[in-house]
Amino acid sequence: MRHVSRGPLHVAIIVICLLWMLPSVGLFVSSLRPRDVIATTGWWTSFTTPFEFTLTNYEQVVSAQGMGQSFINSLIISVPVTVFVVIVAAFAAYAFSWMDLPGGDTIFLIVVGLIVVPIQLTLIPVLQMFASSGLTGTFPAVWLAHTAYGLPFAVFLLRNFFIALPKDLLESAFLEGASHRRVFFRIVMPLSVPSLAALGIFQFLWVWNDLLVALVYLGGSRSVAPMTVTVSNLVSSFGSEWHLLTAAAFVSMLLPLAIFFALQRYFVEGILAGAVKG
Amino acid sequence: MRPRLATIAWLWVLPAFVLLGVFLVYPVVNTVYLSFFSGRGAPVFVGLDNYRYLFTHPETLVVFRNNLLWLVLFTGASVGLGLILAVLSNQVRYEAVAKAIIFVPMAVSFTAAAVIWRFMYIYRPGQFEQTGVLNAAMVALGFDPVPWITNTAVNNYALIAAGIWMWTGFALVVISAGLKGIPAEVLEAARVDGANEVQIFWRVILPMLRSVMLVVAVTLTINSLKVFDLVYVMTFGNYQTDVLANRMFKEMFTFGNFGRASAVAVVLLLAIIPLMALNIRRFRREQ
Repeated sequence: MRHVSRGPLHVAIIVICLLWMLPSVGLFVSSLRPRDVIATTGWWTSFTTPFEFTLTNYEQVVSAQGMGQSFINSLIISVPVTVFVVIVAAFAAYAFSWMDLPGGDTIFLIVVGLIVVPIQLTLIPVLQMFASSGLTGTFPAVWLAHTAYGLPFAVFLLRNFFIALPKDLLESAFLEGASHRRVFFRIVMPLSVPSLAALGIFQFLWVWNDLLVALVYLGGSRSVAPMTVTVSNLVSSFGSEWHLLTAAAFVSMLLPLAIFFALQRYFVEGILAGAVKG
Repeated sequence: MRPRLATIAWLWVLPAFVLLGVFLVYPVVNTVYLSFFSGRGAPVFVGLDNYRYLFTHPETLVVFRNNLLWLVLFTGASVGLGLILAVLSNQVRYEAVAKAIIFVPMAVSFTAAAVIWRFMYIYRPGQFEQTGVLNAAMVALGFDPVPWITNTAVNNYALIAAGIWMWTGFALVVISAGLKGIPAEVLEAARVDGANEVQIFWRVILPMLRSVMLVVAVTLTINSLKVFDLVYVMTFGNYQTDVLANRMFKEMFTFGNFGRASAVAVVLLLAIIPLMALNIRRFRREQ
């Protein structure tokens, strides 16, 4: 719309962007305000009245409300799952793209279908399995479940990347007698670093931000609860203690935001490559 | 050519297959089976009773209505806004910054977003100073403050707005990538033929974005059916805001009725199967 006057265009975009930032900015500003001020006045007033900011809310949620422990728990859950998913999916995706797997194409279609299966369909039987094996409430339970839940998308994404690798390069390696293992580790993996990174970031954030899986298989006990569960528990026990809720929510957003701003390119790449995931 | 050893190939996919089989395929089949049994105590075969309950009880009918609202409004608004923002931002130099701002909410959890929006929607009775942005704006404009979360006339829309805030960035990024894929010559040719910019949008750009927008719409529709965290944290499905995924959780943990919980999950699956078929068909076409 090159010939339309550009003034309104800029105004429209800038207004929408400001509106979009408003909720997060409000949360952040509030998290730094003292309890009595936050309860009685809007956060926007803190710029006009005498400046009253504090880190007390953060100190309180990190220690007394367990967000510090939860941060560690979130890491303990997300890091291994990300590694497992990338490795297991890479092997499978390689087999689907470069090995003779009888019926492989049909099986792969089933994997594509599994991407969108709601995990609600698995909760009861998996919970019963975990209960009978004593895994409920332990990290291995969520490692296993999350890894499985992440696989369909991961296999799909990596298979699409692997199959697009230069065919000549791989074929000539096979002609020279290279084994699959060698081709996988020496050619496919090094060439796929950007896609593995995109998948890794995606998977990490997905697990980091998950509430349902942790809620069902881990429960809310402080020693294992990730940040999403702790924040959600704070909401139900202190629904209007906003000095706590804003700080806790912001702590839970720190790492995703850092990853987003540092690695935006990979993040967007993952989104575009996997637009089918729900 | 490639070494032909099927057994070895199976070993490469074995870890994935075992995990998918144990934690996805078997549980889905088992859940379908469980949905035909009574939920509490020793399971008794009850046929379609759990489903009959879901489709006749007023409390669960609200759930279907809400998911339908989510489906139409969340999907429609996110795709629409994403399209508009993609076209607008495509014409300014600070496009990357604008897109990043809209996109940021995608990176944070639904749980955090739920806190953010509960905070936006804070309601205090009229005589007090409003501390939530929305009600402060209402008062400033001369209206009465609204209890957004508990007022059943507006609360579903309030929750859906939070969802739109999170997911418009996704629609924007994907549609914007599609927009960049339209060759400049095509648009130039239309201009040479005397088409104005509005005509170009409706007659050239929109038809060429059709498949991209379909992908986005399918993804968002699936999300609208599966929506859980936002509702769980914002209202726990109270005040007539319940949705399928949260209802399933409630049947499971609050009421301890595994039969009904399974039936809710199966209904969710049935709603998603057509979209799954669409995805598989598109994938086969692309191969």
